Amino acid sequence: MSIEVENIHKQFGSFIALNDVTLSIPSGELVALLGPSGSGKTTLLRIIAGLERTDSGRILFNGEDTTERHVRERKVGFVFQHYALFKHMTVFDNVAFGLNVRPRSNRPAKPEISAKVMELLRLVQLECLAHRYPSQLSGGQRQRIALARALAVEPQVLLLDEPFGALDAQVRAELRRWLRKLHDELHITSVFVTHDQEEALEVADRIVVMNKGRIEQAGTPDLVYDHPANPFVLNFLGNVNLFHGRLSQPGVGQHESNENVVSYVRSHDIEIERSPLDSTALKAEIRHIQKLGPSVRVTLAIDGTGEFIEAELTRDVFQNLGLQHDEQVYVRPRQVRVFVEDYQI
Amino acid sequence: MKFSKRHNNVLPGFGPTMGYTLLYLSLIVLIPLSALIFKTAGLSWHDFVAIVTAPRVLASYKVTFGSALTAAGINALFGVLVAWVLVRYPFPGKRLIDALVDLPFALPTAVAGITLATVYSANGWIGRYLEPHGIKVAFTRLGIIVAMTFIGLPFVVRTVQPVIEELDSELEEAAACLGANRWQTFRRVLFPLLLPSVLTGFALAFARAVGEYGSIIFIAGNMPMVSEITPLIIITKLEQYDYQGATAVATVMLVSSFVILLVINLLQKWSRRYAE
Repeated sequence: MSIEVENIHKQFGSFIALNDVTLSIPSGELVALLGPSGSGKTTLLRIIAGLERTDSGRILFNGEDTTERHVRERKVGFVFQHYALFKHMTVFDNVAFGLNVRPRSNRPAKPEISAKVMELLRLVQLECLAHRYPSQLSGGQRQRIALARALAVEPQVLLLDEPFGALDAQVRAELRRWLRKLHDELHITSVFVTHDQEEALEVADRIVVMNKGRIEQAGTPDLVYDHPANPFVLNFLGNVNLFHGRLSQPGVGQHESNENVVSYVRSHDIEIERSPLDSTALKAEIRHIQKLGPSVRVTLAIDGTGEFIEAELTRDVFQNLGLQHDEQVYVRPRQVRVFVEDYQI
Repeated sequence: MKFSKRHNNVLPGFGPTMGYTLLYLSLIVLIPLSALIFKTAGLSWHDFVAIVTAPRVLASYKVTFGSALTAAGINALFGVLVAWVLVRYPFPGKRLIDALVDLPFALPTAVAGITLATVYSANGWIGRYLEPHGIKVAFTRLGIIVAMTFIGLPFVVRTVQPVIEELDSELEEAAACLGANRWQTFRRVLFPLLLPSVLTGFALAFARAVGEYGSIIFIAGNMPMVSEITPLIIITKLEQYDYQGATAVATVMLVSSFVILLVINLLQKWSRRYAE
């Protein structure tokens, strides 16, 4: 089912959580709402679910206005960051809840409910835990049960609020791959909220980058990563270095010459050389070396300006160069993005 | 049992605190209670049975325990309601009402009894409207229940209130997303989580009601076989210098109360079986 978000505005007191947000989510897609905390991404998700009322604007499911419809009737599956499992019920009863509370007229018979629950538990690979209580499960297992519970009512839309936020790194990575696989099997329109760019880039069909109650950019992961619409998007998706400067000649984008601009270079787009290959190389001194598993982060001070930049190298490259502290080297940005200097990060 | 066993615990002081706990409980609870039983033991078994099963005494058990259970039940129901309103809804004067709940704790019970008796008597503020409908409160068993409900009210409210405060609003949201209406959400999701604290409050209110004397004697009418409570029988026996008779009845009360509280505790444990 497709979701249309039209001119949604939401205010909590004097804080504007969502400012005229319009977004279209095509049927069957897995969309990530990505942004820092306070960007309004969770509020948007809750408004889509019907857990929060919008001040103005409309929500349409399949072209049908659902803005005034109660959450009970919206047929959405909602997965909470902290699972929100019913701790006094067994895993089985948790998953069966949505079916058990149906009015008698369209409630399935007991054996049918049981079959459906076991099928869902198989889907989340936890059928052996049916008679345990949530307190006896690990975080990853709990979140999978929460997902099974949400799917039990056959929702038309699946909404996940930072579903992996409370889990440790390894379980997170495992679970998001699993979610992607599950989505490929079920093709249910899904929206998930995250502040983890890696998670969004890995899992989503489309990423919606949000900041301060607005959508900064929406598009495929490749689009937002390779062609960020503005410095915020660029900065949020990976580490960047800033170079303040002035354009010496027109022709870079639509900018005029002599305009104050900022160039942004991702830290893995910076090459370090022993000797300058051409005039674009800058002289710099190595100040700090930090090894992060497969990659190495090198902090350098640019000669003359004293500005610090960070470069991320693979371990191989780092070892081949044999870089040392306080060494003089040359840095060359591989790919530069230029934005006019009116934007503060 | 070995109390001195070394525990691998970061917090020191198991020995002294345990010792103090035992000493304290002995001085305050155990020794007075065993003196009671010791005194009773002066009676022969035959005399003991005769005293504690006298018709008037038996009737008083029924009045006391029956009324106490009823009052605790009423308190459990309305205590949850009051606690729910106090936690969930903002309204003017909320803090005042919140403070009002504790008043039955602070008021001397005799004052409460006299006030209740006046208000509920045939020409009292409330009694005059009940009387024409054939409802007599003062000087009947109903009066006893009213007094017991009054003094037991804070227990349920105060034990349930913090639990309602702690309830995660996400649980209700999750239930709503799954299609449950308000009543189903309360009955299937919230109430089971409140039940252990409701039972605790019920047990406390019940225990308090069983032991209540001051407020009841003013409103009960104290008619033998009808509205005479067991504590009054004990006092009467004491006034007649029948110490052994008094302690015998007291022992029965003690043992019955203990058994009932134990059962409630077991119920409570069962209601929390999911928490491991």
